[in-house]
Amino acid sequence: MRRLVYYELIKTFLKKRTYIGFLVVLVVVPLFVIAMRIEGGRFLQITTRSLQQDFFFVGNLFNGWFVAFYMMNSLWIHIPFLISFVAGDQLAGEATAGTYRLILIRPVSRARIFLSKYYTTGIYTVSFVGFLGILSVGLALLLLGHGDMIILSRGILILPADDVAWRFLIAYALAAWAMLTIASLAFLFSSFVENAIGPIIATIGVNVIFLMVTVIPAELFQTIRPYLYTTYMDIWQRVFDDPVSWSRVATSASILGGYSLGFALVAWLIFRRKDILS
Amino acid sequence: MIDDVILQTRNLGKQYKKRWAVHHLNLEVHRGDVFGFLGPNGAGKSTTIRMLLTLIKPTEGDVSLFGRSIKKEREEALRSIGGIVEKPDFYLYLSAFRNLEIVGALNGGVGRKRMLEVLDLVGLSQRATDNVKTYSHGMKQRLGIAQALLSDPELVILDEPTSGLDPQGMKEIRDLIRHLAHDQKKTVMLSSHLLNEVEMVANRMAIINRGELVTQGDVTSLLDKGEKYVIVRGKPAAKLRAVLKNEEVVKKVVNRGDKWEVTMSFDDIPVLAKVLVKNGIEVQALIPRRSLEDYFLSLTESESKL
Repeated sequence: MRRLVYYELIKTFLKKRTYIGFLVVLVVVPLFVIAMRIEGGRFLQITTRSLQQDFFFVGNLFNGWFVAFYMMNSLWIHIPFLISFVAGDQLAGEATAGTYRLILIRPVSRARIFLSKYYTTGIYTVSFVGFLGILSVGLALLLLGHGDMIILSRGILILPADDVAWRFLIAYALAAWAMLTIASLAFLFSSFVENAIGPIIATIGVNVIFLMVTVIPAELFQTIRPYLYTTYMDIWQRVFDDPVSWSRVATSASILGGYSLGFALVAWLIFRRKDILS
Repeated sequence: MIDDVILQTRNLGKQYKKRWAVHHLNLEVHRGDVFGFLGPNGAGKSTTIRMLLTLIKPTEGDVSLFGRSIKKEREEALRSIGGIVEKPDFYLYLSAFRNLEIVGALNGGVGRKRMLEVLDLVGLSQRATDNVKTYSHGMKQRLGIAQALLSDPELVILDEPTSGLDPQGMKEIRDLIRHLAHDQKKTVMLSSHLLNEVEMVANRMAIINRGELVTQGDVTSLLDKGEKYVIVRGKPAAKLRAVLKNEEVVKKVVNRGDKWEVTMSFDDIPVLAKVLVKNGIEVQALIPRRSLEDYFLSLTESESKL
């Protein structure tokens, strides 16, 4: 299996499309951090305007931690889009290239080929999210310094400077876990079709619709929200609560894991019976 | 003799909705054969080969490879087989060598030495490190054969290996098939829509049309079976008719418009040619034909009219 995963990694990481996501992050993150450095103070002022009537903000709250946390919001739409580029290509890409005919006539089971591709998708997802984390946190701290961290997503919370780093570490690990659900969804769509564009569009379409249902405060959506994976994708934000509700984190992580497994299982059921006609 | 059958299909069939692409197909390939699998485009050759190589699941029947059912012992059955299905496709952004490494890994691991051997065999060792996207169609076709031979299989299945090649490329592939069969003692199953190609390299063959087996057996005996005749065209027509009617090597003459179908032994063609010339006939054509060839031509002609 190791050998199969190794060659799947070679196939994936020697493909140009794999680096689209890395390239986008490599361009956008420095641009954003530099922009924040130039006029970021005003950005914090605008964000906290309503709070300034009741609070005095003392010290350097506009720092690398704040900006790095802010950049994690790309995990809702942008990063899933970039991940689906590669995950959606894993199976459909073989069909498009006609290389199913090269690999599926070998004395190795479809199950092993499927697993090696799924593992590779997971490795790519983790490495991409890791890259985003290292670059955004590293660059933000380098250019904007550190200090206490202000969090404005659910009310106002200020975390002491020495209580932040571990939260980012775990937040990115949980973000990778959540992104694995997106990757699994793209992988599932990839098993249906013979063109990689379809899985990318389908994944983004499903993600956007589910996110809308998750965030629009309509009574109608209340009953279906618990069944959507997007409801649990804020798992990484939960680490910045104080105190952290670990039981809630564990529940969300389990549900996301269940979704990933479910998507992968359905993909397998399709792949194992698939007639290769391309 | 049954031990010599290394590939056998039993009532093999594939149905798409209501249409049978392949139906009740019973093939036998013997050890050491160069087996021609012949049929017009759309006859079901590629569907059959995809079933043999487990790319598609049969709707009915089974395939036995080296005595193992592909349904029950897929991996074991495929261990001694290499193949190309339709046009050979590769990871274009990788080198030939890297592509072979991937195929080798799926075959359980193949050493660098063997990879170089097969690349050398197909004449690609000088281009081994070039990306496949820089290869011509003929080079890809040869690389396809190299990957099929990588695990040193006993049976090599080649689906239309000369498709899209120029005459020189076709000859090279045919020579390679002969080399595989005679020098490397491989059993080769070769699909084609060209009877003459099969005739040039195969010792046994099967003809398939509309998904059903028409005939199979020894190439020479199948082609010799049935009527043999010579198509004769020449001028002046009246004199040609008279000579053909009176010539003793001719057994039967039938007029077909501007040509004559002359039933006779092919060995007597030079005799007939001499007689015609001696009688002052301007000979335009003397074409030996066999009924199987005619039958196959009628299949391919009706296909091309569709």
